[in-house]
Amino acid sequence: MSNATKTSTRRDILGVSALRPDGVAKVSGAFEFSSDLHAEHMLWGATLRSPHPYARIVSIDLSAAYKISGVEAIITAEDVPGKKTYGLIASDQPVFADQIVRYVGEPIAAVAADHPETCRRALAAIKVEYEILTPITDAEIAMRPETTKIHPDGNLIRHQRIITGDQSLQGEVIVEGTYEIGMQDQAFLGLEAALAIPDSGGTGVEMFVATQWLHEDQKQISACLDLPVDKVRLTLGGVGGAFGAREDISLQVHCALLALHTNRPIKMQYSREESFYGHVHRHPARIWMRHHATRAGVIQRIESRMVFDGGAYASTSSAVLINGITHIQGPYKCENATVDGFAVRTNNPPCGAMRGFGVVQACYAHESQMDKLADACGLSPVEIRLRNAMVTGDKLITGQVVESVAPVARCITETDSIPMPAPLAKNADPLEIVGGSGLTSLPHNIVRGVGWGVSIKNLMYSETFDDFATARCQLQNGVVNLKYATVEVGQGFVVLAPQIARSVLGVDQVIIDPVDTHIGSAGSTSASRQTWMSGGAVDGACRLVRQRLFEHVGKTHKIDPLRLMIEDTDVVDMLGDFRISVIEASTGVFIEETFEHHHRPTQELDENGQGDCHVAFAFVAHRAVVDVDVELGLVKVIQIATAQDVGRVLNPIAALGQIEGGIAQGLGLAVMEEIVLENGKMRNPSFTDYLLPTALDAPQVVAIMIEEPEPQAPLGAKGIGEPPCISVTPAIAAAIRNATGKDLPRVPIRPQDICL
Amino acid sequence: MTPNTEIYNLKVNGKNHEVRDAWVGESLLYVLRERLGLAGSKGACEQGECGSCTVIVDGQAVCSCLVMAATAIDADIKTIEGLSTDGELTEVQDAFITEGGVQCGFCTPGLVVAIEHLLDINQNPTEIEIKEAISGNICRCTGYGRIFEAVQTAVSTRKATR
Repeated sequence: MSNATKTSTRRDILGVSALRPDGVAKVSGAFEFSSDLHAEHMLWGATLRSPHPYARIVSIDLSAAYKISGVEAIITAEDVPGKKTYGLIASDQPVFADQIVRYVGEPIAAVAADHPETCRRALAAIKVEYEILTPITDAEIAMRPETTKIHPDGNLIRHQRIITGDQSLQGEVIVEGTYEIGMQDQAFLGLEAALAIPDSGGTGVEMFVATQWLHEDQKQISACLDLPVDKVRLTLGGVGGAFGAREDISLQVHCALLALHTNRPIKMQYSREESFYGHVHRHPARIWMRHHATRAGVIQRIESRMVFDGGAYASTSSAVLINGITHIQGPYKCENATVDGFAVRTNNPPCGAMRGFGVVQACYAHESQMDKLADACGLSPVEIRLRNAMVTGDKLITGQVVESVAPVARCITETDSIPMPAPLAKNADPLEIVGGSGLTSLPHNIVRGVGWGVSIKNLMYSETFDDFATARCQLQNGVVNLKYATVEVGQGFVVLAPQIARSVLGVDQVIIDPVDTHIGSAGSTSASRQTWMSGGAVDGACRLVRQRLFEHVGKTHKIDPLRLMIEDTDVVDMLGDFRISVIEASTGVFIEETFEHHHRPTQELDENGQGDCHVAFAFVAHRAVVDVDVELGLVKVIQIATAQDVGRVLNPIAALGQIEGGIAQGLGLAVMEEIVLENGKMRNPSFTDYLLPTALDAPQVVAIMIEEPEPQAPLGAKGIGEPPCISVTPAIAAAIRNATGKDLPRVPIRPQDICL
Repeated sequence: MTPNTEIYNLKVNGKNHEVRDAWVGESLLYVLRERLGLAGSKGACEQGECGSCTVIVDGQAVCSCLVMAATAIDADIKTIEGLSTDGELTEVQDAFITEGGVQCGFCTPGLVVAIEHLLDINQNPTEIEIKEAISGNICRCTGYGRIFEAVQTAVSTRKATR
């Protein structure tokens, strides 16, 4: 009998490496991803997209496409019955381009046909005549008042400054630099896919879709379809990763519209190339920064100007900007700040959420600066960071006091305690050497470097947004059913939720009901928030059920319910001998409770960027060791050492998986991943040309999880999803600088940046 | 879609499947998933870069997105669905679960097939041989750490039980 399927003798409660309940289905190919769904008589849907970054649509001729046998419907902007636009914060993105296209890949029409190949032929037969306009692809130019407005909402999506303290203070030591971050893609493996099934008579639609936030999708889709919200019912289709790219709508409205139009089920699935066009990316950013410090290296003032290229539509740009400017001080004390931030509309592909959400960009700038400051003050990278490390109770440049546990210094010292990797062996396998099996690197050209990165990351949504989570718990005959709309994208809520129920209620059998919109919202699986928010909701619902169970046992056995507690799988009297198993105590009863977890309220920033805009914070340190072929510009990341502030470890193996996975994504941004744009056009929308870390690129990861339970968090645990990918990028960049002596103000660092 | 008039047979996991009314341009991945109901093999790049669609054709690990189905007639095709027998997981599948090698799971079937193939031809792979063998399979969630652990565990279990 296999280990994974045998009955476990230990109880899979919080703190244990409980195994994922979806594991067996996922390893055997039986797990249904949204792309695996089928319905009788279904048609395939596909999208026609703009080849131009900026153009006026003169005419669309569908006649040739309609003549193709097997084509059942073609829809354009005219066929959108409700709201013509959608968007997470501002509703500025057209469902289909209406008279104008603003980026390469903007949807113009969608077809439904009997076979994916028929769809491709139909798309090729649609004739669109364009009047090509000159694209505006530079954010600095786009934000000038005299520049043509790309969109009626204007080119400046948001401007926000942070002004605090002494605005004229000059430090004894001043360092500055301008840093650039390229456009990164989330590159989840499971391509966008959905199945839409129309209700008879076209009065509604049922959708199975891979998303991050079912209720937000439902709201946006129903508005565009002009249907009541409850007539658009969403069930989560299996999700093959997300990393922010599924927070915005992609094919949802098109798929639902085609289903209602044809009165047949529609399946849509993007190709990899279309996926690059069809979802938002990490914002490219240009950040100027100046630090003022004492000779001893104590930061006194920061100045920064941050420009985020939002691309053609707003998506979450305004929130990304706020994250960027409010994290630009890093995890360091600072009393005086002058910060100016801009999120700008251009004719580049739209940018929005990606793991790290604005903080990745800020961290690359502030950590590059910290190393410059260390050099200027004659301190080591560790010393400069310890000297300025933030602690709980410190005031941020926004005026917000850090109430979260803030073990910044401990993250640094524990990371520093991790042994360094062995030097490159003389007889190392070529595959272990930078350059790989081609024997390209000569040993005397390989230089080892070490670099540091430390970061602060907010958890949950900010600026007054109440991103609550809902969960329902039912207990009957010793079995718990949990119901919630929390999206599992791979992160492991599917294993955490039963662990919570087992811990609170003393049951072993926990069933998770279908994840759909037949219960209140759980908010998005993003912002490192689901363990805290949906975990809090499941915990709350289970606690309410436990209270009712105690009342029931108290009444039946004539004991004051306040004397009862759960011990393992029993209800026990903590002041006496009474003991009854939870199974027995719940036999013949049915207890149901629903709970909403809300985090504490937050505030908007005022015109000077002051306000308690964030809920809580998490911290992490990374130390990177790299080998660089200084002649060829090749890099191999050898080791990443990290200590992360996690609050409390709820599932060690799942937590480690988040840390290792995040590090690989941060490594990607440091040395290989970038969507290359030329006049608004992507040059590499494929996995052949957009390079992702493979098993041979994966460094050794040595991780320490710092457990100082967070009093604000329902389970004491902080979100752990985003921090791993944030400061690892500047740590790797710093290690390459250490090996090469080059400035390297831009990521990803390319071979030519090193060797030319 | 105007179908191909020829009917052809594919031998998948030891079973013969008749493919009718198919367009001749369909990839093996498409036919497995959409015509034979074997959706365990996944498509994620259509270019042979990500390995999500890995299957074994006549003893070779191949990307089924790059193979035309009609060229695989008479070949012996093995997919993720054909690995476990009687619902019993293989050592590799089991280790993926116990070592935390599964997150979103989209790359998992392709990786499991690639690793089974590696262990069939090399019972004692070194760390670097493991990395090389799966370097054609992209995983975006795990950073590969738990996957390396899973392979090591599977190697030990196979040695102990076979």
